Amino acid sequence: MLDYTKKEAYERSALRVNPAKTCQPVGAMYAALGVHECMPHSHGSQGCCAFHRMYLTRHFKDPAMASSSSFTEGASVFGGGTNLKTAAKNIFDIYNPKIIAVHTTCLSETIGDDLNALIQGIDIPEGKYMVHTNTPSYKGSHITGFSNMVASFISYLSVSTGKRNGKAALLPGFVNPGDMRELKRIAGIMGINHTMLPDTSGVMDSPMTGTFEMYPKGGTTVEEIIHLGDSSYAFGFGKMASEAPLETLLKKCQVPYKLLGLPIGIGRTDEYIMSLQDYTGNAVPYSLEEERGQLVDILIDIHTYTYNKKVAIFGDPDTVLSLAEFVLEMGMIPKYLVTGTPGEAFEKEAKALFAKFGVKDCRAKASGDLYELHQWIKEEGVDLLIGGTHGKYIARAEDIPFVRAGFPIIDRYIHSYMPLVGYKGGMRLAELISNALMDRQDRDAAEEDFEMVM
Amino acid sequence: MNVMNRVLDQYNSKVYKNRKEHMVGVNNNENNNEIAANVRTIPGIISQRGCCYAGCKGVVLGPIKDAFIITHGPIGCAFYSWGTRRHKAKKDEGVANYLQYCFSTDLQEPDIVFGGEKKLKQAIVEAMELFRPSTIMICSTCPVGLIGDDIHAVAKWAEKEYEIKCIAFSCEGYKGVSQSAGHHIANNQLVRYVIGEGDRKITNKFSVNLLGEYNIGGDGWETERLLKRIGYEVVSTFTGNSSMDDLKNSHQANLSLVQCHRSINYIAELIETKYGIPWMKVNFIGVDATIETLRNVARYFGDSELTARTEEVIADELDSIQEDMEYYKSKLKGKSAAIYVGGSRAHHYQFLLNDLGVHTILAGYEFGHREEYEGREVIPFVKPDADSKNIESITVEPDPEKYHVYLSEEDLKRLKEEKLIDYYGGMVKDMKDGTYMVDDLNHYETEEFLKLLKPDIFFSGIKDKYVAQKSGILSKQLHSYDYSGPYSCFRGAVNFARDITMGIYTPAWSYVKSPWKTAPVLSGSLGGEAVC
Repeated sequence: MLDYTKKEAYERSALRVNPAKTCQPVGAMYAALGVHECMPHSHGSQGCCAFHRMYLTRHFKDPAMASSSSFTEGASVFGGGTNLKTAAKNIFDIYNPKIIAVHTTCLSETIGDDLNALIQGIDIPEGKYMVHTNTPSYKGSHITGFSNMVASFISYLSVSTGKRNGKAALLPGFVNPGDMRELKRIAGIMGINHTMLPDTSGVMDSPMTGTFEMYPKGGTTVEEIIHLGDSSYAFGFGKMASEAPLETLLKKCQVPYKLLGLPIGIGRTDEYIMSLQDYTGNAVPYSLEEERGQLVDILIDIHTYTYNKKVAIFGDPDTVLSLAEFVLEMGMIPKYLVTGTPGEAFEKEAKALFAKFGVKDCRAKASGDLYELHQWIKEEGVDLLIGGTHGKYIARAEDIPFVRAGFPIIDRYIHSYMPLVGYKGGMRLAELISNALMDRQDRDAAEEDFEMVM
Repeated sequence: MNVMNRVLDQYNSKVYKNRKEHMVGVNNNENNNEIAANVRTIPGIISQRGCCYAGCKGVVLGPIKDAFIITHGPIGCAFYSWGTRRHKAKKDEGVANYLQYCFSTDLQEPDIVFGGEKKLKQAIVEAMELFRPSTIMICSTCPVGLIGDDIHAVAKWAEKEYEIKCIAFSCEGYKGVSQSAGHHIANNQLVRYVIGEGDRKITNKFSVNLLGEYNIGGDGWETERLLKRIGYEVVSTFTGNSSMDDLKNSHQANLSLVQCHRSINYIAELIETKYGIPWMKVNFIGVDATIETLRNVARYFGDSELTARTEEVIADELDSIQEDMEYYKSKLKGKSAAIYVGGSRAHHYQFLLNDLGVHTILAGYEFGHREEYEGREVIPFVKPDADSKNIESITVEPDPEKYHVYLSEEDLKRLKEEKLIDYYGGMVKDMKDGTYMVDDLNHYETEEFLKLLKPDIFFSGIKDKYVAQKSGILSKQLHSYDYSGPYSCFRGAVNFARDITMGIYTPAWSYVKSPWKTAPVLSGSLGGEAVC
C-alpha cells in the first residue's frame, strides 16, 4: 500500500501527488444544487459535468442533476457563445427549471468567454433566471468554486428594498445536507426566522418516494435569495467558503454579518449559539443547554481513550480547522493539519489554535497533499487519521485508525445525512472517534487483556 | 403513438430531428436499423457522456500499473480519475504499481498565462527523483491544448534526459464527441511507441492477447483463469492488470481476442496489419456467450487436443455453476431490463440476462459508433464529420521482422468469410423485434422510457442510477458493477445473478409507500383536540 511514499522530506514545486482538493466547478455545482428548481450548468466540455456529477453522486448517493455546454473542438476555438445559447433554450424547454446557474471551467476561462455578455444576449423566458459565476479550475479549489457560486447568486439576485425583514441569512459553507439541517434546527430553537443559502437538504438527501423529482422539495427558492437582500443580519460559517458571499451581501444590500467558524465541537457551537443570542436577545432554551451538557458529559466519559492521542486531519480548510478545535477539546493533539486548498489564512488560524490550546510540535499546511501528509506520518506517527475517503490508503499503509469526515466520502453510506456540526454533530463525531480508537485497542489486545467492560 | 414518438414528441423541432436519428425500433423501421451514433451531444441536453481525457487516461491508459501517468492540467481531471474506475491490478515482483497514486501538474493561473511546459518538465524531474518510473505518460487536459504546451517535445526531452519511455497523449477533453476520441488517441500512441518492443520468449502456440478487457471488478482475472485452464497463454491484456512489458510483447501472440470492440478496435486492426495477428470478437459475459467464445477460439487454433480440453473445461465449469444459475433463473425469469452503458457492455450483458430469463427491452451505448449497433459492414458508409476528422487515424506497414502468421492463407480467408475473425456484428442482430436501441440516451429520455417501458431493472452508470431508483426501479451500475464482480465467464455469471436477485428482492422496496398513504384514517381520541 502506497509503497513508493518516502519518509524523507523532499521539496516539490510542480508535481502534485495524491491531492487533497479538487477543482472549482464541482463546488459551484454543489452550491447550485442547493437552490430550488435550479439547473447547475457547466460551461465547458461535457467531461467536466460528467466528472462532477459522478463525484457528487458518489458522495451523496443521490442524483446530482446538471447540464453542460458540451464544447467540441470548434467551440473551443471560436468561443462557446452559441453552445450556451442553444443550451439555455434546451434546458428551459426540456427541464423547465426556474433558474440556470452557469459556472465556467478551465476551458471556457482559458478561451476567455465573457459570460456576462453571453447571458445578456440570451432570450430568457419570462419569470426565469440565468446567473453565472467564474470558476477557473486553475485557481483555488472546489471550496473557492462553492464560495463563488454562492456570492454570484447574491450579486445577481438579492435586492435590498431598504426595509429589513427581521430574518437572518445563514450561509452554511461547504457541508452536507445533514449539517445544514442541524444548523437550521439550532437557529429554529433559538427562535430565529432564517433563510439558508445554499440549502441542499431535501435535495441531496431526498427521500425515497417511488417518484423521481428533477427538482426535489429542498433548496433555497429564488424568491428567498431575492429577499436575502432584506435580511436583518447574516451568519456565515467557514472563512474560505462563506466570507466572499457575506461580503457580497454586505456590499450589495448592506446586510451586516458575522463570520463564524464551522460550528463543530463545543466552543464553536457555543459561539454560534451565543451569536444567535446576541442577535435576538432570546435566552438559550434548556433543550440546547441539555444537548451541550450531554456532549460535555460524553467527552468526560471517554477522555481516557482520547486524551493526548495524536491526530492527523486533512480535507477542506474550514472543516479541518473546526475538527482540529474539537479534537483539542477532547484532549487530543492535532499533530498534522493539511488542506489542498490554497490560502495563508489556514496556516495562520491553525497556529492560533495550537497556541490557544498550548499544544506544541503540530504542523499545518495549506496547498498540501496527501503524499506529504503521509511523509509526515512516516516521520512521526499518529494515533488517528480523520478525513475523506482518500485517507483510507494511508490508514491501511500505516495501520492507523481512520474516521471519515468531510468531503468527499465515496466509500461509505449515510454520512451525508448525519451532522458533524452542533452538539449533536459533536456527539456523533465523539462516537466515531472513540469507537475507532477503542476498536483498535480491542483488536490489538492480547487475549488476557481483551476486556468485557471498557 | 408508439413509445419512441411519445418520448420525442416533447422536444422542440431541432432537438426532435436530431434525437429521432438516435432511436431505432428494432426491425420496425424503414432504414434497415440505421442509427446515428458518435456525433455531438446537443448542448444543454443532460447526457451521461464523458470526454476525450476520460477515454484516454481513464479507460485505456489508467489500468497500466507501471505507467506513471501525469495529468497535465488543473487538478480536477487527475482527481476525478484517481481510483474511480475499479480496474484492479496486482503488484508483481519487480513491476511498479502506481494505481494508488494520482499525479498532476496542478496548473495554476500563471502557468495558464505563461505556459505550463516548464512546470511539466519540473514535475518529471520530481517524479524521477521521488519514484524513478521506467515509463511516464503525459495526458493533456483542456487548457493545455489551448495554451499550446508542446507535451510531445517534453516527452522527447524526458526520454533523452532520463533514458526512460515517455509518451505524450494530446487527449484534451474537448476533442471528439465523447470518451471514444480518447480511446483512439491512446490506441494510436500505444501502437506507435509500445507494442512490438518486447522480446519475451513465448513458447505456447496457443497464445492470445486479451484486448479491451480492463479488469473491472476482476473480470480479466476470471477470464484469464479460464483461458489458462484450457491451455492458452495470455500474452497481454489491454489494459487491465497489465504492465508495460506485457503490452510490449503483444505482437508475439497468435490471436487477439477483442472483448470491448469500441475502445480497442484500432489496436486490434493495426497489430494485424503490422504483425499479422488476426483478431476475433469475443464475449466472456454470459454463460452461453462464453461457451460460444471458447469454441470459436478453439476453432481458430484448430487443434484437436485443445478442442477436447475446451469441451472438458466447459463441462466442468458449467457443472460447478448449474445449480446456482438454476436457482437464480427461477427468481429472475420473465423480468425485463433496459441497458445503457459504454460502447460494448449494452450488447454483452444481453447474453447474460438471456441466460437468466431476463429480456432486454431497450439498449444503448454512451459512446459506441454505428458499427457497435449495426455491425462492421456499415463502416464504409459512415461519413466522417468535423469532429471525427480531428482525431488522427494512423496507418502502419507490415513489420519485416516481427510479422508472423499462424494460419495458412486459405484458412485465414475461410475464417474471415465465416466472419469468425476480423468481424463484429454489433448488437442489433441479437435484439428481438419490438425492442429499442437508443444512442446517447439522455436524462430526459431515460426518465420517459422508464415510465413507458417499465423495465424491472435499469443497468447504467452512477449518474443515472439513483434517478431510476428514486422512481422505484432497481438500477445496477454496469461501469463499476456496484462495487461487486467479477461478472465474466461462468463464475462471474453467478455473481451477477446473485447481485441482481438481491437487488430485486431486497425487502426495503416494499416499504416505499408509507402505510398511512393508503390506510383509511380512523378518528383517534388520544391527545384530544389540542393535537393538530
